[in-house]
Amino acid sequence: MLPLLVAAMSFLAALAMAGALAAASLAAHWQDGAASTVTVQVPNPEQPTPRRADAPDETRLDAVLRVLRTSQDVSTARPLSARELGELLRPWLGAAAETASLPLPAVIEVHLAPTADEAALGKALAEVAAGTTAESHGVWVGRLSVLALSLQACSWLALLVVAVVAACVVMVATRAGLASRRDAIEIVHGLGATDGMIAGRFAKRITRLTALGGFLGAASAVPVLFVLTDLAAPFMTRPPQHGPSEAAWLAQPIWMLLPLLPVVAGAIGFLTAQATVRRWLQALP
Amino acid sequence: MIRLENVGLRYGAGTKAGPEILRDISFYVAPGGFRWLQGPSGAGKSSLMRLLQLALRPGRGRLMVMGTDIGAAERRALPELRQRIGMVFQDFRLLGHLSAFDNVALPLRIARRPEGQIRADVGEMLRWVGLTDKADRRPAQLSGGEQQRVAIARAVVGRPSLLLADEPTGNLDDGQAVRLMRLLGELNRLGTTVVVATHNDALVARHPGPSLRLEAGMLVGDG
Repeated sequence: MLPLLVAAMSFLAALAMAGALAAASLAAHWQDGAASTVTVQVPNPEQPTPRRADAPDETRLDAVLRVLRTSQDVSTARPLSARELGELLRPWLGAAAETASLPLPAVIEVHLAPTADEAALGKALAEVAAGTTAESHGVWVGRLSVLALSLQACSWLALLVVAVVAACVVMVATRAGLASRRDAIEIVHGLGATDGMIAGRFAKRITRLTALGGFLGAASAVPVLFVLTDLAAPFMTRPPQHGPSEAAWLAQPIWMLLPLLPVVAGAIGFLTAQATVRRWLQALP
Repeated sequence: MIRLENVGLRYGAGTKAGPEILRDISFYVAPGGFRWLQGPSGAGKSSLMRLLQLALRPGRGRLMVMGTDIGAAERRALPELRQRIGMVFQDFRLLGHLSAFDNVALPLRIARRPEGQIRADVGEMLRWVGLTDKADRRPAQLSGGEQQRVAIARAVVGRPSLLLADEPTGNLDDGQAVRLMRLLGELNRLGTTVVVATHNDALVARHPGPSLRLEAGMLVGDG
């Protein structure tokens, strides 16, 4: 029974660990990637700007791109293609998104420099193409990051609870073992066995059972984690590769931590059994 | 070897403490000595034997065993002393999942003796009690007398300084009882201090020796 209970705990621990690591990866992705991103929308992008001597045919989009690409506040500026805009609109307009002749603004994906002054940049853009807006993702990224960190904290907390419950399960099992072997323990105690000897015998057996449970739990979590990581792939920093390079997935932290579960389960079993038996033996002279 | 001075014992502690089972017990057994411990059932013989086996500590008074004050000794000091005490119980107290060989080997394994020495010593003990051909049997596969012989072999295999036997003939027929008493006498002649608790006056009469007499938890005779 003990290996099965520990296997269940280990399975939950694997999921909690995966959750914590996924949340950490998401938070890093959002903070590193999207925090410095600004979406610039240019209404009527093909309309000409007020004539300039050096650029008589410049459109509003060209003018905005020129400002962005010469600004020290901007690392990169990339206008989205018609196909990418269509992809963005597809959820709302369906298949007609790319063919419908709607007056769409041009959308530019801008990555800001670390010390960028967003307000000044927005003002400069509005001067060359009136109505141009720059929407920062910072607020949403901040909220999402807090959410991801909360999820991460919950996952680690769940992991801690699982470890404590596993220790309690081991303690109950050890006490049951002590109660059922009380006569034998009193005999070997009377023959001169030390607390360390008796606790060691119990701990050895419990360690073997809990490590087996840990292995079973970790093994049963593998297929579930494969499915979950596949589902989470689009949200991760480095999406998984399918096919021959799928082994690269095994470098992910969860795959490195998973083999430790039997070791940790065994360690919890060993320490809990030792403490439980030694405390129980204190009742003997 | 054994010295008791006004020893008292009660089970339980604090508000759950029961009445005193043993009161003001004082006696001395020299190294290599022999004592019968007599008295009717309920006189406190088994409690006194458990005190001498270090399975209990005295509630009051002073108990010295092999030069150690048991009441004052640290708990971690007692296992080493217990390894020098052999104990034979009326109900044998063998471990049911172990063979006769492994039951006899138990004190030596606890004392961390080398496995080669264990095999030799246990083999010799099983020959001595006539159970060589039953070394692999578990207690449930042995008769009462055979189990008692395994228990005796276990008690003496470590060549204890002190051998305690609590009603050792209680489950034996007369022939086995006589043989057991010869074994205990032989060990005593070899220098082991022996204390045998019994309520069987006929047994004591057949094997005369110095005797302690307990009644209602008090020592009423020593000599």
